[in-house]
Amino acid sequence: MNIVNYIGMEHMRKDTPIFKAGDTLRVHVKITEGDKQRIQVFQGVCIKRRNNGVSSSFTVRKVSNAMGVERIFPLHGPLVNKIEVMMVGRVRRAKLYYLRNLQGKAARIKEIRQR
Amino acid sequence: MIQGILGKKLGMTQVFVADGSCVSVTVVEAGPCTVVQKKAKSTDGYNALQLGFGVKKTHRVNKPMMGHFKKADQGAFAHLRELAVEEVDSYQVGDQITCDAVFKAGDIIDVTGTSKGKGFQGVIKRWGFSGGRATHGSHFHRAPGSIGMSAWPARVFKGKKMPGQMGNARVTLQNLEVVEVRPEQNLILVKGSIPGPNQGVVLIRKGLKA
Repeated sequence: MNIVNYIGMEHMRKDTPIFKAGDTLRVHVKITEGDKQRIQVFQGVCIKRRNNGVSSSFTVRKVSNAMGVERIFPLHGPLVNKIEVMMVGRVRRAKLYYLRNLQGKAARIKEIRQR
Repeated sequence: MIQGILGKKLGMTQVFVADGSCVSVTVVEAGPCTVVQKKAKSTDGYNALQLGFGVKKTHRVNKPMMGHFKKADQGAFAHLRELAVEEVDSYQVGDQITCDAVFKAGDIIDVTGTSKGKGFQGVIKRWGFSGGRATHGSHFHRAPGSIGMSAWPARVFKGKKMPGQMGNARVTLQNLEVVEVRPEQNLILVKGSIPGPNQGVVLIRKGLKA
């Protein structure tokens, strides 16, 4: 195998859950304040996922106090403690940029019912 | 102690460092280099080591060069480069120089390579001129414009930025950081980018300004 990809693979995590755009995620992020470390949870809809080996990333969007907030996380970064998939959404796009122009009821995503 | 090593740029990727942040790195296959010739002050007027790097098929080497390589008895090398050392007595012809003998993680280094050739380029790409507007009847698009004054000085100043060959030149980037050294694979991970294409040969030296 290509040695450059191999070095990237050494830094990849094996515990990432399977998710895609449209899913609702709870991302547990490690935050360091001074010498203390705590976990902060960021919950929202995954609006895009970029698959590119170790540099894969995903964007989570939530609406906080009527203000849209998006955070980009590295999929394999050690500062992401845990990713929980809360809901698997039914969407027909890979990149849900259209959610930025919608608000309230229109910005909901239907859930795929598990049989 | 020798201050540098020859290597081959393999490509770029990213790694996560101790504090959790990710760092873009260039992977360089550095060494092992073989001492092919010792140049001493008494015989050559300066102290240096000639290093060989990269495999060359022996049937492609001409006889005079083959005789030169024979002294080190490590096969033929694709690249030869001289590096200055303070004293040559501690080295023998045929010695291997590995990356971990020269560099360790956290070192500040300078990397020299041949930049990617861009061909004959205009002033916009080569020097970052702004150019003119594309539309609204403009006839001035990508040309350099005036290159000087009139009756005085009646010539174009030396060093005027003009179109010409871009890239494919020797470039040195200073004060780069070694992120990691892997002696078992002869790899050095350098923070950020380095000159030249993948598979290009680069010279890595201890930082001049470190």
